[in-house]
Amino acid sequence: MNWDWLPQYAPLLLHGIWLTIVLLVISCSFGMAFAIPIGLVQVTGPLPLAWLAKGFCTAIRGTPLLVQIWLLYYGLGSLFPSIPWIRDSFMWPVLREGFFYGVLALTISFAAYEGEIMRGGFMSVPKGELEAARAFGMSPFTILRRIWFPRAFRLVLPTLGGEVIGQLKATPLVATITIMEVFGVGSKIRQDTYHVYEPLLLVALIYVCLTFVITRIFLWIERQVPQKR
Amino acid sequence: MPTKAGSLELLSQWGGNLLVGALSTIQISLWAYAFGLCLGLLGAVGKLNGGRVARGILDGYTTIVRSVPELVLIVILYYAGTDTLNRVLAHFGFDAVRISGFMAAVFVLAFVQGAYSTEVLRGAIQAIPIGQIEAARAFGMAPVLRFRRIILPAMLPYAIPGLANLWLNVTKDSALVAVVGYSELALATRQAAGGTKAYFLFYVVAAGIYLTISIVSLFFFGRLERRFRRGQHKAR
Repeated sequence: MNWDWLPQYAPLLLHGIWLTIVLLVISCSFGMAFAIPIGLVQVTGPLPLAWLAKGFCTAIRGTPLLVQIWLLYYGLGSLFPSIPWIRDSFMWPVLREGFFYGVLALTISFAAYEGEIMRGGFMSVPKGELEAARAFGMSPFTILRRIWFPRAFRLVLPTLGGEVIGQLKATPLVATITIMEVFGVGSKIRQDTYHVYEPLLLVALIYVCLTFVITRIFLWIERQVPQKR
Repeated sequence: MPTKAGSLELLSQWGGNLLVGALSTIQISLWAYAFGLCLGLLGAVGKLNGGRVARGILDGYTTIVRSVPELVLIVILYYAGTDTLNRVLAHFGFDAVRISGFMAAVFVLAFVQGAYSTEVLRGAIQAIPIGQIEAARAFGMAPVLRFRRIILPAMLPYAIPGLANLWLNVTKDSALVAVVGYSELALATRQAAGGTKAYFLFYVVAAGIYLTISIVSLFFFGRLERRFRRGQHKAR
């Protein structure tokens, strides 16, 4: 075991950890924002929308994330430069970077997995509570905002913690499209220093620590709204 | 962007490679799944009946494997696994062996699968009403017989949904061995796409193949679950 390289690469590693956290937070927030309507239309939505949401979830959950990432990065990435108005648009500096495609792929993936979970959450809210809300004369949107969504969210919270950890474990895949998050930094250190194991073990340890932190955060959130069993 | 005729031509040229890759993916997944199940069964029995030391080791195994990303594990095990094996062999005076990419891929995926199946099977065994196992014990069944006749059939309905998920995961995780350079569907696709510049076409086709594998498997596992749930009370 040789750790001489550590001081030299520490700033790069810290930046990698930061990037991993940024990827995780962005993809989970946006993914969750899409997951709510995806789950909801499958429970109450008009049939075509429900089928669309169901098809989306099945397609994304049935294909490897790695293939999705490569499809977006190489596929869309090779398509965009040939379209002039995209090349000239102000978005181009963003669309040129691997980061955009990484975030996009991770967000879509999280939305699909969470959509399925939110569907289960919305279905598990006892009917009587929704009927009571309706009896109070709440509009459908108010019911969703005040009763249905908070109850469903509380029900899926324990599962959600596991899913966020799953998402953390999906982030290293974007290192294959040149994003230097913590696994990407580890690979770079391996190539530069010819140490095979030490960088990888350190990266693994970092992931274990991040997992631990996420577990704690979710335990804390769950304690805010205790649930009677 | 190739024209429509161009796409068909490209597919007829490279489709064979993709199909070989797909077969390779299925092969790796099946072996890894089978070995993973064996590991998981040992792990579950060890966790439930083992001594303090065995339980500690198994807890460490499942916790670490489940909290480190599969990609990182696969890269570590792919390089470290073959290297360690050769060092151990050298230590005992044997010649170094070359592990084929296939064996390494299967071993690595099975090691990861083992941890997840340990938890699925442990949960399923614990879901069996304890009275059934006590009854088997009261009849004087030996542990192996008890496992084969009572525990295994009784736990399957609880285990199958989890095991179906694990199978879907292993088919998708097998794409990760493309990163360490073993040729299966994902890598074959990457080569086809890189060689022809028809990225979109080949990745969409590959995604379609993976999706087909998933949907066929889901159908199959659905039937399996219905079969093993026969005679059980309906949940709803």
